[in-house]
Amino acid sequence: MTHYSPQTIPQPKSQVEDTALEAVNLNIHYGSFLAVKDVCLKIERNKITSFIGPSGCGKSTLLRCFNRLNDLIETFHIKGEVYHENQDLYSRHVDPVQVRRRIGMVFQKPNPFPKSIYDNVAYGPRINGFKGNLDELVEQSLTQAALWDEVKDKLKQSGTALSGGQQQRLCIARTIAVQPDVVLMDEPCAALDPISTLKIEELMNDLKSQYTIVIVTHNMQQASRVSDKTAFFNVEATPKGKVGYLVEYDDTVNIFTNPRQIHTRDYIAGRFG
Amino acid sequence: MYLSRKSSDARSIFNKAMTILAGTLVVVALIPLLAVLSYVLIKGFGRLNLDLLTKLPPPPMVPGGGIANAIVGTLIMVGLASLISVPIGIGSAIFLSEFSNPTTAQWIRFATNVLNGVPSIILGVFAYSVLVVTTKTFSAYAGAVALSILMLPTIIRTTDEALKIVPQEIRWASLGIGAAKYQTVLQIVLPAALPTIVTGVTLAIARAAGETAPLIFTALSTQFWPNSLSQPTPSLAVLVFNFATVPFKNQQELAWAASLILVLLVLTTSIISRFALRRKTY
Repeated sequence: MTHYSPQTIPQPKSQVEDTALEAVNLNIHYGSFLAVKDVCLKIERNKITSFIGPSGCGKSTLLRCFNRLNDLIETFHIKGEVYHENQDLYSRHVDPVQVRRRIGMVFQKPNPFPKSIYDNVAYGPRINGFKGNLDELVEQSLTQAALWDEVKDKLKQSGTALSGGQQQRLCIARTIAVQPDVVLMDEPCAALDPISTLKIEELMNDLKSQYTIVIVTHNMQQASRVSDKTAFFNVEATPKGKVGYLVEYDDTVNIFTNPRQIHTRDYIAGRFG
Repeated sequence: MYLSRKSSDARSIFNKAMTILAGTLVVVALIPLLAVLSYVLIKGFGRLNLDLLTKLPPPPMVPGGGIANAIVGTLIMVGLASLISVPIGIGSAIFLSEFSNPTTAQWIRFATNVLNGVPSIILGVFAYSVLVVTTKTFSAYAGAVALSILMLPTIIRTTDEALKIVPQEIRWASLGIGAAKYQTVLQIVLPAALPTIVTGVTLAIARAAGETAPLIFTALSTQFWPNSLSQPTPSLAVLVFNFATVPFKNQQELAWAASLILVLLVLTTSIISRFALRRKTY
């Protein structure tokens, strides 16, 4: 049980034992505009869950709800609940900064800090008051991110000088250096070539024993290759604009071989989107 | 060869004519710069020696001497003005770019632009009435305050721009691993923007060093070494103003030499800012 604030928050929802994240009747608004409606979803611990769906279906928006990164957008607000390990992430007592320490994020475009490779990884632990052996932690994180062998002789060089794939692995190392529970990945391979993509996918497989991973992807092969569970989102046009919603959520195998919904079948068959 | 270019057709001729016109205008635009620089160099170079940098200006009709007190005075006042305006300016820009809401930011930016447009002589009169009249003495303090107000909008604007260039993703990345807002600003955004900020600050310093109007009313000038911040203080710009218009040849020569030193100071700061920009990340 993790604690976000001195006060304990009594919120034992009916949950499966191994649920890491849960959205309950979640509606996401930007101002008066409803972007995503009525999502109910349980994300299992130590599994890779992928969010797929056409552009504008709200999968990235939903992902950002899980670490309260959407709070940075002024007009953003939600109705409904989001839980992490039984705690309501949007309760008044919850500090978003603490949430993000537990639930890390890797972005679409590799975005290393303009600092050395070492400092990129050490930044998170430093600001979190890490007391142990920082060198060891940096090495361990870079090793976990399958980058150590490539950079161990040039830790002082700038992180921005690495190749795109290496930068993305650096960003993953930076995220896991603060030892979060969950790693959210927002199209982490969208800007990468196939070989780097493969490396990141292998890496995700290695990481899932320790972390719960949620990945947003446009690449359906990727979703079928790496994930255990897949959520398919779609978008429907309403008079007030386009609204995203969850169509189907199941084991990846079922989604790709035996989807229950016609929309899912059409999408994975490449008939739209 | 129907694809070959005919140099005689109208398009080619127009093209050439415009290129020549644009080139000529560039030369015309550069003439004042080169003329001023070379004239200052020719007129001032003769007196460029150790005496100039170490001795006080002589009384009229006495040969020799230097402008050391004015150099020291300028350094003191510009330094003091920077101590005032750099923290305030960078702090305001950080507030503008990172913390304020868009409406407030728009008003502050507007106010900064207005301040930037206020003629420097008015800043001088303002500092005169606020600091000189009340303390009953011209002083380096008053001069520094006038110069700092002059520097403030440049620093705020360039720092604001520098912070805006830093990509949003970097801020998200920092917040995404659990950094607080202030940690993100101080440890990620500010270092990334630093080279551009340094450039802005050096430009502001260069501009302040060459200003005369705000100092005439506030620091005045003396023929002696500046020995207290609360007394009249000499400066290069005011010395040029005073000496260039007197009928004594020695003083006129010193004015040219002082101009040269001033130009060199401004040139040096520009070069420093160029070097800072080389380390730019974004």
